[in-house]
Amino acid sequence: MEQKSIFSVISPIMVGPSSSHTAGAVRLGLMARNIYKESFSKVKFVLYNSFATTGFGHGTDKGLLAGLLGYTVDDSLIKDIFNIVKDVEYSYEYVQDISRHPNSVDIIIDDRMKISGDSVGAGEIRINNIDGFEVNIKGNYDTLLLMYKDKPGMISEVAEIIQKQRINIATLHCDRSSKGGVASMCIELDIPAGDDIVNEIKKLSDVFFVTNVRKLK
Amino acid sequence: MAILSFEELKNRCGSKSVYEVAQEEESSLSEIEVDVVRLKVLEDLTAMKAAIKNGLKSTEKGISGWCGDDCAKLRKRYRDTETLFGKVFEKITAYALATAEENLRMGRIVACPTAGSCGIVPSVIIAVAEERKIPESKQIDALLTAGMIGLIVSNKVQLAGAVAGCQAECGVASAMAAGALVEMLGGNTEEILQAAALAMKNILGLTCDPVCGLVEVPCIKRNAFLGVHAVTAAELALCGVESKIPIDEVTDVLKRTGELMSPVLKETSTGGLAKTKTALELEKVLFNKN
Repeated sequence: MEQKSIFSVISPIMVGPSSSHTAGAVRLGLMARNIYKESFSKVKFVLYNSFATTGFGHGTDKGLLAGLLGYTVDDSLIKDIFNIVKDVEYSYEYVQDISRHPNSVDIIIDDRMKISGDSVGAGEIRINNIDGFEVNIKGNYDTLLLMYKDKPGMISEVAEIIQKQRINIATLHCDRSSKGGVASMCIELDIPAGDDIVNEIKKLSDVFFVTNVRKLK
Repeated sequence: MAILSFEELKNRCGSKSVYEVAQEEESSLSEIEVDVVRLKVLEDLTAMKAAIKNGLKSTEKGISGWCGDDCAKLRKRYRDTETLFGKVFEKITAYALATAEENLRMGRIVACPTAGSCGIVPSVIIAVAEERKIPESKQIDALLTAGMIGLIVSNKVQLAGAVAGCQAECGVASAMAAGALVEMLGGNTEEILQAAALAMKNILGLTCDPVCGLVEVPCIKRNAFLGVHAVTAAELALCGVESKIPIDEVTDVLKRTGELMSPVLKETSTGGLAKTKTALELEKVLFNKN
């Protein structure tokens, strides 16, 4: 069994009232922000199941938006976020779908990127899909995220670039649309990859997109 | 190596205190110095004190319109009346309500172990520290002790109402607070674990049936009740009273009771207090409004 930190039971410092429905929602928003990175003017949140039915009483809607705007779980301004936010058009949709996790959300930013994730309890989260590709980002590690053309040797080329900097790969997760189609790679690292690594991977042929997703505090 | 049972913890302690083992474990796991671990605990402690302070000042109500001013009522009574149990009791109940009410209004609190049970451990540690003039470093020791107890339980059962009912939230918080209190009052490892066992044994079966799914009824007042509950357990343990069932076995029972508990009573708001006539009336008002 993986050893847990004592701070999993005497933390986090957060705004209430629920670790899964409030803190988890903020962290999902923050993670989407770390993935999208650019500024945005429009966002739609699709809330599923328990997020949809009891979310309003727990500030899930406010938490998601506040996280996406960069507020951390302990920020007292989260409760007033609807009065604070300017220049961003936001909307919510509420859906029941038992094929999804009880506390699940899709975050659609500027009609350009759809990021899906779950709040899995005690404020812990998991991003599991970006634009239809399966990913596995929990926010505990700095993660390199790539989209590329599925072809032999890609994993080893990327791993070599990382290895040159003597960075240890903690986990690696791949998915693809079809053989030879678009593929995704999620690499959790023990220490963050610098811009040099990102730039070098960008230069590889058939890499469409690469970004460095910072871990959550 | 993770410490997975209280028996293992006892063996690891030897002549060391529970908090010493806790800070060493955290130091090696997170690859930070023991002093840094203690600084992080101090951050939590400071945030807990701030939550109490804020909660004592506010009477702002939550979504149901039912909760948010109970702490103020309690404090008025304490100003006007001589209470049966004295200052420590007054402070524990007031601080627990203050924190839980702060949580309800989206204020800043420390999940301990969860947000719904955030008032129990702080109310006990801080009330007793103030009344007995216990220094900050001993309060940190106490919070580490509470954390170690919660951590071992959480290795066996996820601390969430949806998994094992309120036993796993306010119940475990009370066991954590009982152990922390024994640490603050100079008890040894055996007495710390006895206190936690006694507290846990007496919350077995506690369900999670929040009205309208809100962390309001019965969660807020339960924080005050289970803060006081922890003191009973600590007093018993400190005079040598033992739980005949060892703490590891009590923990297993908590897990098993959680499994036996109907989903209706595990944070789904489909039974218990959440399905009473009065609760359903509130539900109608709230959902029409929203």
